[in-house]
Amino acid sequence: MAAEEAASGAAHHGGGLAIDPMHQFRIETIFPIHIGGVDASFTNSALWMIIAAGLITLLTVVGMGKRSLVPGRLQSVAELSYEFVANMLRDNVGDAGKRFFPLVFTIFMFVLFTNMLGMVPYSFTVTSHIIVTFALASFIFLGVTFVGFAVHGWHYFGLIVPKGVPAVMLPLLVVIELISYLTRPISLSVRLFANMMAGHTMLKVFAGFVIAMGWYGGFLPLAFMVAFTGLEILVAFLQAYVFAILTCIYLNDALHMH
Amino acid sequence: MEPAAAKLIGAGIACIALAGAGVGIGTIFGNYLAGALRNPAAAPAQFPNLLLGFALAEATGLFGLVVALILLFVI
Repeated sequence: MAAEEAASGAAHHGGGLAIDPMHQFRIETIFPIHIGGVDASFTNSALWMIIAAGLITLLTVVGMGKRSLVPGRLQSVAELSYEFVANMLRDNVGDAGKRFFPLVFTIFMFVLFTNMLGMVPYSFTVTSHIIVTFALASFIFLGVTFVGFAVHGWHYFGLIVPKGVPAVMLPLLVVIELISYLTRPISLSVRLFANMMAGHTMLKVFAGFVIAMGWYGGFLPLAFMVAFTGLEILVAFLQAYVFAILTCIYLNDALHMH
Repeated sequence: MEPAAAKLIGAGIACIALAGAGVGIGTIFGNYLAGALRNPAAAPAQFPNLLLGFALAEATGLFGLVVALILLFVI
């Protein structure tokens, strides 16, 4: 489709140099580690995860290091991100959610930083791989389900029984509710992964157009690229926000059950 | 039909899902704007919900795009 058009267009005009928009998602081994037949190599994905974690630690530890009454720039950012997540948790879960602040803050900051680091040219977008987002989402799903059973015991199964519904409809609705509950990790992970992958693929496809259209025509897709890059930065923030807010909503379901 | 051609046609058909995302995003922003013009004071409080709805609507369209990309690059 568009991708192959770009590639063939580039091959047609530039001769030989095919542009592959999927190349950016390739996982490369930095140094190989094999433990008992399992490939646990240190890859570029792991490297960028460590960079993201390091930057978050730097922001929070160095930012809050001085604890001045009038915050500096770094301290303002650290306080802003704290306030942002704390407000989100308070609005969606209430006071019972305070215990889960570290979890939601970690998830939000990790997804935000990996998304944003992915916008840096020549970097690697960790969240554009479904296995990463699925691991995050299934961890959230299992944790939230565990919290639900820990708080409500067997009554937690009442979550899948909608209230105020005629008894005739119940067997159907319970099945639908159960499926919608069980597909939460899939929808949560695919949403983040698809947004990141589609956005980055689109940017690279348009980058291919810039080269394919040459010196004079290339400025048009280049202008689109600038606009799309702005949109992608918005999407990178928005998806981290949505990921965190859905975690809050799931937590609210588990703690308060409707 | 050649399998390669069927793959490309299937990927194209899967991209129709993005029309639904377009309708959804348009509905969300249109209704937000209509509501915000009627009652501007209540509008900022609903901005997070606007972003949430936008992201949710956009994601459903991207599921279709993922199907298209799987057809193109995986199968």
